[in-house]
Amino acid sequence: MATLTRDEAQALIQEVLEAYPEKAKKDRAKHLAVNDPSVEQSKKCIISNRKSQPGVMTIRGCAYAGSKGVVWGPIKDMVHISHGPVGCGAYSRAGRRNYYVGHTGVNVFGTMNFTSDFQEKDIVFGGDKKLEKLIDEINALFPLVKGISVQSECPIGLIGDDIEAVSKKKGKELDKPIVPVRCEGFRGVSQSLGHHIANDAVRDWVIGNRDGDTSFEAGPYDVAVIGDYNIGGDAWASRILLEEMGLRVVAQWSGDGTLSEMELTPKVKLNLIHCYRSMNYISRFMEEKYGIPWMEYNFFGPTKIAESLRKIAAFFDETIQANAEKVIEKYKAEYDAIIAKYRPRLEGKKVMLYVGGLRPRHVVGAYEDLGMEVVGTGYEFAHNDDYDRTMKEMGEATLLYDDVTGYEFEEFVKKVKPDLIGSGIKEKYIFQKMGVPFRQMHSWDYSGPYHGYDGFAIFARDMDMTVNNPCWNSMQAPWLKSAA
Amino acid sequence: MPNVMIRKNDAGDLLFYVAKKDMEETIASVETDTSETWGGEVVLTDGSRWYIDPISPPPSFPTTLRFKRGDE
Repeated sequence: MATLTRDEAQALIQEVLEAYPEKAKKDRAKHLAVNDPSVEQSKKCIISNRKSQPGVMTIRGCAYAGSKGVVWGPIKDMVHISHGPVGCGAYSRAGRRNYYVGHTGVNVFGTMNFTSDFQEKDIVFGGDKKLEKLIDEINALFPLVKGISVQSECPIGLIGDDIEAVSKKKGKELDKPIVPVRCEGFRGVSQSLGHHIANDAVRDWVIGNRDGDTSFEAGPYDVAVIGDYNIGGDAWASRILLEEMGLRVVAQWSGDGTLSEMELTPKVKLNLIHCYRSMNYISRFMEEKYGIPWMEYNFFGPTKIAESLRKIAAFFDETIQANAEKVIEKYKAEYDAIIAKYRPRLEGKKVMLYVGGLRPRHVVGAYEDLGMEVVGTGYEFAHNDDYDRTMKEMGEATLLYDDVTGYEFEEFVKKVKPDLIGSGIKEKYIFQKMGVPFRQMHSWDYSGPYHGYDGFAIFARDMDMTVNNPCWNSMQAPWLKSAA
Repeated sequence: MPNVMIRKNDAGDLLFYVAKKDMEETIASVETDTSETWGGEVVLTDGSRWYIDPISPPPSFPTTLRFKRGDE
């Protein structure tokens, strides 16, 4: 089926909306749109960051997921206490594949789960005493821990525990930063507010820690990589490109990152943001307080990488600019070979995406490098500024769906018939059973990295392996096949 | 009276960012923008009007300021 025209896409949205009762239909209509790249402001055609409708199957997470799972979790030399009942921490443990180096349980704690395991008595009598005890235990058992963050789960806010007071007291006693994070799951409409709360906690409890400390020798080419969570090694694949350019990466936020890296970030010359949604807040703060400029970059696919490397180099002098060209030149043979190998196998295939954060717009370039076309995209928890940026990346008359419901997504797929879907684990098996090739794009379907030139090779291989997998020809039982 | 962060974009225009509202707009015009004072009525590209008592000397951007809605 050819790509939809604008009218067909509009008709498709109308058709899908028919299933809803009047009120829900009115609300959902605002979240579905047909893209028009010429529109400057997304709020004219799509509404985002609103509460999901009761009764529909949403795919969003909670504020705790945004703070503990995304922003704080990957900081490896801190212990992140899931403060509250045991489940939240247990079920989110190590699911995001934020790789790191170090000895788990000795000097790094990334894949471990620490929880205060609330029982009835803690809810009734308060959990502050338990938290104090827990912090002491952690410090005794893991003396190399650099700091502790207290990630609140829903009950903490409901019973009104004063985790700030406990953190201050214990922080002084142990002489380590102890960061209370008020990221109770019920705050906000999605994980997005959790990112914001986590950023604010970093701002209030971490960023200024070394303001008076001049022992760090700042260099002219210091940068920080912000909003790269090292999923499957992404931050490493990005970092080597920056280092080859001659830049010094002082901090990685927060994949494979450490507390001291975060504390040193105010001393860098430029903040590079990969995931705008989850870390723009702290970058804006550092710009205001320390005058550090920030820029968004995109390390998916050779076209965007080259574009980004040049844009980053433009902030520095001619040596760096010349180095950027050298880096692009160095990898040219490599990525040309990848495109030559996979493009013929993937040319013209259609992709539908529904992810979070940065991917629904950032990976578009990588698919285009492989000759594929993204015909629909959407975010779980984006705000309007994300759609402002997305609409320029996407083609004319492609579908945009914000906080798409399970039903809508299935109907869109049935009509648009994409050759590949990239979304999360909750969607994966539904679409695979419908016979549509699927990649889990939150943590690269247990593969990766996908960032950088090295990542592009893996990305191309994975897409080919999924789209051209022979299993898609075996969707019909042999005895049901026609005799021909 | 929201807190507004004002910063310059790459093109040199001033951006008007309200974190709570998640709103980022370009400033179309500022009533007084001289070397001594900055402020007064501020009009954004989306047509909305905001007001701040003129500040002198002008603040250095980026900075956070408290604005009033123009129609208040």
